[in-house]
Amino acid sequence: MPPMIMNGLFTQLLGAIVAVSLAPLFLGWVNQCRAWLSNRSAPPLLQPYLVIRKLLHKDAVLAENASPLFRVVPYILFGAMVTAAAIIPSLGTALPFAVCADAIALVGLFATARVFIALAAMDIGTAFGSMGARREMMVGFLAEPALLMVVFTASLICGSTALPTIADTLAGRTLAIYPSLAFAGVAFLMVLLAENARIPIDNPATHLELTMIHEAMVLEYSARHLALIEWASALKLFNYACIGFALFLPWGLAHEDNPLALLWALPLLGLKLIAAGAGLALIETVSAKLRIFRAPEFLAMAFMLAVLGLLVRLLLGS
Amino acid sequence: MSPQTQQEPAPIQGDFPARRLTVAADQWVHTAESLRPAGARLLALWASDERDHGADFTVHAAILKPSRLLVLELRVPEQQPVFPSLMPVFPAAARMERAVFDLLGLRAQGGDARPWLRHAAWPQDQFPLRRDFAAHRVFPNAQEAYPFVRVEGDGVHEIAVGPVHAGIIEPGHFRFSVVGEKLLRLEERLGYVHKGIEKRFEQLSLDAGQRLAARVSGDSAVAFSWAYCMALEGICGLAPPPRALYLRALLLERERLANHLGDLGALGNDAGFGFGLAQFSRLKENLLRLNEAAFGARYPMDFVVPGGVAADLAKDSKPPLLRQCAALEREVAGLRRIYDEHSGVQDRFAGCGRVAPELARSLGLMGLAGRASGQARDLRNDVAAPPYDRLSVKTAGRSEGDVAARVAVRFDEALESLRLCRKILDELPPGAVRAALPEQPPEGFGVGLVEGWRGPLLVALEAGPRGTIRRCHPHDCSWQNWPVLEHAVIGNIVPDFPLINKSFNLSYSGQDL
Repeated sequence: MPPMIMNGLFTQLLGAIVAVSLAPLFLGWVNQCRAWLSNRSAPPLLQPYLVIRKLLHKDAVLAENASPLFRVVPYILFGAMVTAAAIIPSLGTALPFAVCADAIALVGLFATARVFIALAAMDIGTAFGSMGARREMMVGFLAEPALLMVVFTASLICGSTALPTIADTLAGRTLAIYPSLAFAGVAFLMVLLAENARIPIDNPATHLELTMIHEAMVLEYSARHLALIEWASALKLFNYACIGFALFLPWGLAHEDNPLALLWALPLLGLKLIAAGAGLALIETVSAKLRIFRAPEFLAMAFMLAVLGLLVRLLLGS
Repeated sequence: MSPQTQQEPAPIQGDFPARRLTVAADQWVHTAESLRPAGARLLALWASDERDHGADFTVHAAILKPSRLLVLELRVPEQQPVFPSLMPVFPAAARMERAVFDLLGLRAQGGDARPWLRHAAWPQDQFPLRRDFAAHRVFPNAQEAYPFVRVEGDGVHEIAVGPVHAGIIEPGHFRFSVVGEKLLRLEERLGYVHKGIEKRFEQLSLDAGQRLAARVSGDSAVAFSWAYCMALEGICGLAPPPRALYLRALLLERERLANHLGDLGALGNDAGFGFGLAQFSRLKENLLRLNEAAFGARYPMDFVVPGGVAADLAKDSKPPLLRQCAALEREVAGLRRIYDEHSGVQDRFAGCGRVAPELARSLGLMGLAGRASGQARDLRNDVAAPPYDRLSVKTAGRSEGDVAARVAVRFDEALESLRLCRKILDELPPGAVRAALPEQPPEGFGVGLVEGWRGPLLVALEAGPRGTIRRCHPHDCSWQNWPVLEHAVIGNIVPDFPLINKSFNLSYSGQDL
C-alpha cells in the first residue's frame, strides 16, 4: 500500500477516535465555563463521562408499546455522528473517506439523524415526545438551509464542496478578513446554537417538560440508549465546532504530504476547542432563552446573513 | 325578610376588628352580595360538624372587608345537607365548596359536583371531618375516573402534565387543551398531597397545634404559626409582649425575603437566564445561614409560639443582621438593574400570563399576584395588626398583571422588607419575649390573619374543653389564586406556562391540606 493512503487512513482513524473520545470532554468544558461565569462551583470536568458510565451500568426500561425503531434509533444517531466526524477535517485534510461525502452530504447526515430521533420521539405516543419532535422539526427546517448557505459560500470561494479541500484552500489564502466569510461565520454560529439545543433556542439544563425541545424527545429513553444519545449529542456539538474550525479557522491542519504535522495539529485543536467552549459558555450565560416563536426569527436572521455572505461573494468577489 | 330574627354580629376577640354573624339560608347569598360592592373578598370558606352541640353542621365564610373581617355562619341540617353556593358572588368559593363536600358531605347547590380533595383515598359516602369518622381508618386503594372538561375542535389536543414532574416540585396535574403551541384551556387537578391536616388538628392540644400549623406549607411556616398563635391568643385574651411581636415581624419579613429571593432566581432560570438563579440562590443561602445563627434554624418553624416567641434573638446577632440588610439592599438593587436591562429576559417577562385588573377583581385574586394586577391590598397595611400598626408598610402595586409585574412587585417588596427589618431591629423594644398562656385556655372561637409572602392567610381556631382543639382551619390564599392561573395562561404558548406558573408560585400543600 502506498504511504500516502496509509497516512490518510491513519489521519481518518485518529480523527474519528479523537472526536468520539474527546466530545464528552468538550461538553464538560462548556459546562465548566458556564458554571464559572455564573459564580457557581463547577461540576467535574469529566462529568459527561461519568454520566455515560452510570447510564451504561443501568438496565434499560422500554415502554410497552415501543417499536423496534425506538430501540435502534440511538445506534443510528450515534453512527451518524461518528460518520460525520470521519468526514470533517478536524486534525488533517488527508481523509480518503471524505471523497464519498461532501459538505452537502454532511448536512444530509445531520438531517437523517434528526428525522430518526423525531420518529423515535413520536413512537411511544406521549404528548411530550410529539411536542419535542414538532419543535425540533420547526428548528430543523430553518436551520438546515442556513447551514447549506454557509457551506455554499465557502464552496464558491474554493470551487469545491468537499470539506478537506475547502479547509486546504482557505488555509492557503493570505490572512485577511473576508466579508463573505464574516457573514457566513455569524450565521454558522447561530445555526450551531440552534442545532445543538443551546440557549437561546433550547436549554440543555432545564427540567421543565413544557419548554423542552431536544430533551422532550429523549424523555422516554434510559440506560444504554440514553447514554448513546447523550454521547451522540456531545459528538454533534464537537462536530459542529470542528466544521466551524474547518471553515473559519482552518490553520494548523495536517496535510497529506506531512503526516508529522498531526503531532501539533492535535494540541492546536485542543486550544481551539478550549477557546470555542469558553466563547459558547459566554454566549449562553449572557442570553436568556428566546420565546419559542422567536426561534424562526432567529434562524431566519441566520439564513439571511448566510445569503448575504453568498451575495457578497458572488457580486463583489470578496 | 327572613322569618328568623336577624342577629347582631358578635365581636371576635383578637388583634384586629373581626365579627361573626349567623345568617339564615335564604340570607346567605344575599348578605355576601350586599358586602361585595364595598370591595369585600372571600378569604376562606369551611364547615364544621356541630351535631354533638345539637346544632347540625355549620358552614363558615370569612369575608374580608378592606380592614375588617366578618365570619358568616350558616346552620345546615343533617337531614338535608345542602346550602346555597356562594359561587355567583365569589367565584373563588367553587373549590372550597367542593372540598366542604369531600370532607363533611355538605353539598353546595348550583356548584360543581366533582370531588376536589378526595382522590378515591376514601369512599364517596364517607366524610373524614365528621366527628363520627375515626381518624385511623384505612380504605383499600381505588381508582376513580375524573371527568375533565374537554375542548372540541379542529386540531385541538390535550397535553397532560403531572402529577409527577421532571423537576423536584410538589405534585399537581395540569390538563392543557392546545392548538399547536397555543393554550386554549388549562384545567388543574390538585389534592395529591391531602394529608388530613384538619383532622389531625382535632387530636392535638391547643399548645401543640402551633407545631402542626407551622407545617401546613413549609414556605409560609412563620406566617401560619403566627396566624395560629394570633387566633389562640385572641381566645385567651392574651397580648404577647411587644418585643415578641417585633421579633415575629422580623421573622415574617425574612421569610418573605427568602421566598422572594428564591423566586426571583427561579424566574430568571425559567427564562433560560441561569445567571439569575445562581446569584439569587447565593443571596438566599446567606439569609438562611444567618437565620440559623440568629434564630437557631435555617427555616425557623417553631420560633413563633403561643404567647410570644420561643427564644430571644441570639446574642450579638443584631449587627450581622443589620449588615446583611445593607448588603442585600445593594445586591438586590444591582441584580434588579441587570434583569431590567436584559432584553432577552424582559422579552420573556413582559406581556406574559396577563391578568387584567378587572379580571383580578372579579375572581378575587389575592396577595402578591393581586398587587401586580392592580389590587393594592396588603394586610400589613389594611388590618395592621401589631406591630405593623407602628411600621407603616409601603404597599407595592402594579397594574400590568403580567409576569414582569409580578417580578417587579417581588423586587419592590423585597426592598421594602429589608427596610422593615432595619426598622424593626432599630426600634426593637426591650422586655420579655413570651407571656404565659392560662393553665386552662377558655373555650371559644378565634381567628388569626397574617400577610404571608404569598398573600393573606387565615387560621380559624375553635378551642374545645380542657385545652383541646375542637376545629382548626388553616387557609392559604393559593385557594383563591390557583383558579386565576387557569385564566392567566389562556392564549399564551405552552412553553411559557412554567414561567407563568412560577410567577404565581402557589402552594400545593397549603391548599391540599
